[in-house]
Amino acid sequence: MAAAEALSPKFRSGDHVAVRAAFPIGHVRTPYYIRGKRGVIERLCGVYGNPEELAYARPGLPKQPLYRVRFRQHEVWPDYRGSAVDTVDIEIYQHWLEPA
Amino acid sequence: MPHDHDHPHDHNHRHDPAAPHRHPPRPDQDDTLTYWRAMEIAVRELLIEKGVLTADEVRGQVEDMDNRTPLQGARVVAKAWTNPEYRKLLLSDGNLACEAIGQERGPYKLVVVENTDTVHNLIVCTLCSCYPRWLLGLPPDWYKSRNYRSRAINEPREVLKEFGTTIARGVTVRVHDSTADMRYLVLPKRPAGTEGWSEEKLAALVTRDSMIGVAFAQNP
Repeated sequence: MAAAEALSPKFRSGDHVAVRAAFPIGHVRTPYYIRGKRGVIERLCGVYGNPEELAYARPGLPKQPLYRVRFRQHEVWPDYRGSAVDTVDIEIYQHWLEPA
Repeated sequence: MPHDHDHPHDHNHRHDPAAPHRHPPRPDQDDTLTYWRAMEIAVRELLIEKGVLTADEVRGQVEDMDNRTPLQGARVVAKAWTNPEYRKLLLSDGNLACEAIGQERGPYKLVVVENTDTVHNLIVCTLCSCYPRWLLGLPPDWYKSRNYRSRAINEPREVLKEFGTTIARGVTVRVHDSTADMRYLVLPKRPAGTEGWSEEKLAALVTRDSMIGVAFAQNP
């Protein structure tokens, strides 16, 4: 795929990342509850058209690397009542992630 | 029939079709024509009018969707339980594994997550209702409910308990929020006492709910 059409992945499995605490309007597939939270890259899923563009019939290019990011539930919900070993995996596009 | 209502006729009242009737008629089963339903009809009729689709193609797609059932997923799981090589393939490339046994490859990338003695997986789509329809058919109503979507993510152990599924505190409950381009299938643990069983017999133990992660596979 041409460089202009897909961004190259910036993160690898095991990298620590933080989700941007941003609140743009529009069709965003990063849930509110995970913004600003820190997690670890579980895997790179591939590159996909940016849904924030695709939703408005634009081409969604360049494609964004998409990751599965794993978070500790106690990190996500301060009042989490489950076990300390519980986790949540969420798919997040690269432009929502920063190194942490 | 002069009228249509749903109580038994063991009582005494007049049934003169010309006379006003005391009972309200049973309401039609049709839903309300909402904004989005009207939009769907308008777009569908335009596509047909312009020759992009035929009405028969639309009908056929609805029929195909209604014919998909969790049995497709159950076959994949039973194969993985009996064949270690296939299990490896399923966990590394779910779509290829579907294709390898003559199932639909699926329109989305399939991620299969395996339940073990130390991890129990649970699938939810907090943003909408993403679901591996080509393997499980249409999602159950509760999967699409706001209640499940908001609670499965932040109190999964309580939600699991309501489904009759208790997970020991030492076992990791791992929720997968299906937010984007992946679709998820849980590979449940193979029940004890099924040694030597055929794939077909095993598939009958693999329920829809066990592949979403709200239950275990059935015991023999």
